[in-house]
Amino acid sequence: MMTDAVTFRGVSRHFGTVKAVDEVDLSIRDGEFFAMLGPSGSGKTTCLRLIAGFEQPTAGHIEIFGERAVGVPPYLRNVNTVFQNYALFPHMNVRDNVAFGLRVKGVGKAERHRAAEEALELVELGGYANRRSGELSGGQRQRVALARALVNKPRVLLLDEPLGALDLKLREQMQEELRKLQRALGLTFVFVTHDQDEALSMADRVAVFADGKIQQVGTAEDIYRRPDTRFVADFVGSSNVLPADLVGVGASGQWISLRPEDVVLDPAGREATVTGRYFHGRVTKLSLDLAGQSLTALIPAREDAPDVGETTKISWDPARVHVMEQGA
Amino acid sequence: MSDLSSNAAIFAPRSGPLARTVDWIIRHPRMFVFLMVLPITLWLGIVYIGALIALLIQSFFSIDEFSGIIVREVTLKTYGELLRPYNLDIIVRTVGMAAAVTITAAIVAFPIAYFAARYAKGKWKALFYIGVMLPLWSSYLVKVYAWKLVLAKEGILNWVFAKLHLTWLLDGLLSTPVIGGNSLSVSYIGTFLVFLYIWLPYMIIPVQASLERVSKDLTEAASDLGATPKQSFRMVLFPLALPGVVAGSIFTFSLTLGDYIVPQIVGNSRLFIGQAVYTQQGTAGNIPLAAAFTVVPIVIMGIYLWGARKMGAFDAL
Repeated sequence: MMTDAVTFRGVSRHFGTVKAVDEVDLSIRDGEFFAMLGPSGSGKTTCLRLIAGFEQPTAGHIEIFGERAVGVPPYLRNVNTVFQNYALFPHMNVRDNVAFGLRVKGVGKAERHRAAEEALELVELGGYANRRSGELSGGQRQRVALARALVNKPRVLLLDEPLGALDLKLREQMQEELRKLQRALGLTFVFVTHDQDEALSMADRVAVFADGKIQQVGTAEDIYRRPDTRFVADFVGSSNVLPADLVGVGASGQWISLRPEDVVLDPAGREATVTGRYFHGRVTKLSLDLAGQSLTALIPAREDAPDVGETTKISWDPARVHVMEQGA
Repeated sequence: MSDLSSNAAIFAPRSGPLARTVDWIIRHPRMFVFLMVLPITLWLGIVYIGALIALLIQSFFSIDEFSGIIVREVTLKTYGELLRPYNLDIIVRTVGMAAAVTITAAIVAFPIAYFAARYAKGKWKALFYIGVMLPLWSSYLVKVYAWKLVLAKEGILNWVFAKLHLTWLLDGLLSTPVIGGNSLSVSYIGTFLVFLYIWLPYMIIPVQASLERVSKDLTEAASDLGATPKQSFRMVLFPLALPGVVAGSIFTFSLTLGDYIVPQIVGNSRLFIGQAVYTQQGTAGNIPLAAAFTVVPIVIMGIYLWGARKMGAFDAL
């Protein structure tokens, strides 16, 4: 059996009465792109800091490649972090920033500079070695932070909302590059984000966090199509969470998840009242009232979408309805 | 344009001297700034810089050794006098003391400032500020005299050493040539301790301000990249806090350099620059030599500030 890159067993990190991370079990496989997704304060960043060693758990065991990590300080872990605000050293140029990890390990000047240049090539910042971090754009700083981490050849790379500060276009470009880089290097990436699109499009597997606990771990498809909890259904893709009785799937008392894009306008369907209509470009979002339950539908944008106050008829493919294990 | 009533609704009519003044200021922002800066510029220019220039000129005059009358002719004779061994000793002694006080203050202040910047929150931070600033609110003279009593042979410090059976240690320290003496209150060690106490807040505050601006992420990043705590202090924290240390050292160094009260109350009879200026212009009546002595700290501080600016010390003020 292959050793997992990171294993959490019953890990908790409490700050006084605040349970930032509460009895989390988790295993991250070697070489996978693993995303931790959740709203702010859900414990995902604390989990990342536990892996990096900036925080120590108040309870539980953490293993990195089978070795006990509890009590090991960050500088003795073969794990590197790309910080949310990049945390580049302002008193050093780009080369010295990237070479820092090698310098503290005692690698000679010529060799560490060569390695730094190589790492900068990897992130396509070849000619920038002599620049100061203050002279770089956000996207370039991001790449320097990445090169600074990768130059140490970590076995696990931790990324704390690394794309949060970038504008949309740059973010999409970096998403693609990060994914390529991860495949090319075969490294384990642990990626923290609150952006569900980012998590779903990039990661091999996603863990959804809420209130210090993991709600669900699975592939993007799993998370999206088959959410375990109401929280996951709602947070990832704003699904409609409805009582099973209303939809006619599953047993009474259970809850189902129905994706807004799976709701279609259908003259042979059930009657619903339109309570809101929002134009989003490619799609139009309709807020509907179906027998007293509110429901959202995303329909292809058309001129004749029903307006507020009108009644329309809707239906859905019962195969798309997912009965959740935990209704609460 | 014909419909004036709608305009009037947006811009209410203004009248009265205050409104007109405000309107004038809004239209002439540069003129306003000039008027604001003028008084302070005049004060600095005439009273401060002017006095310094007058002093500088005095130092190029000399004194007639028989009559004691100032000869108003430009000469370097007074500077020649300044460089005599006795006077040179005073300069070396003062600069040495200022350097020792500054270096020690930096070493003592750093951990205090670090704690305040990194760990103190809420009421602990308030307590830190009060603890550091409170001594500055009491009279300087009271503090110096209090120290004289603390350091005296019959003082509390001697008593504590005796109770701990450590009198031999204190005696050993006081028997050190040059810096020792009969008791702490008449030795350079005593002078040094008082200077250190009095100027310490001026070191703590700028160092704390500069540490406050070193984000926690940077030391975490260093640690993440494999730097031991020692390495991350040496390669990240200290270089980034250095401007604050230099800014603080400007205070401690220049304040020690110019002080004439502390060495007069706590210390032996050998003079410091401040005391030399005091005696030369007072009892000795040798204004040119007093002026020449005053030029020494100005020159030293000039060189010091130039070096400090190169290190980016003024970014932390």
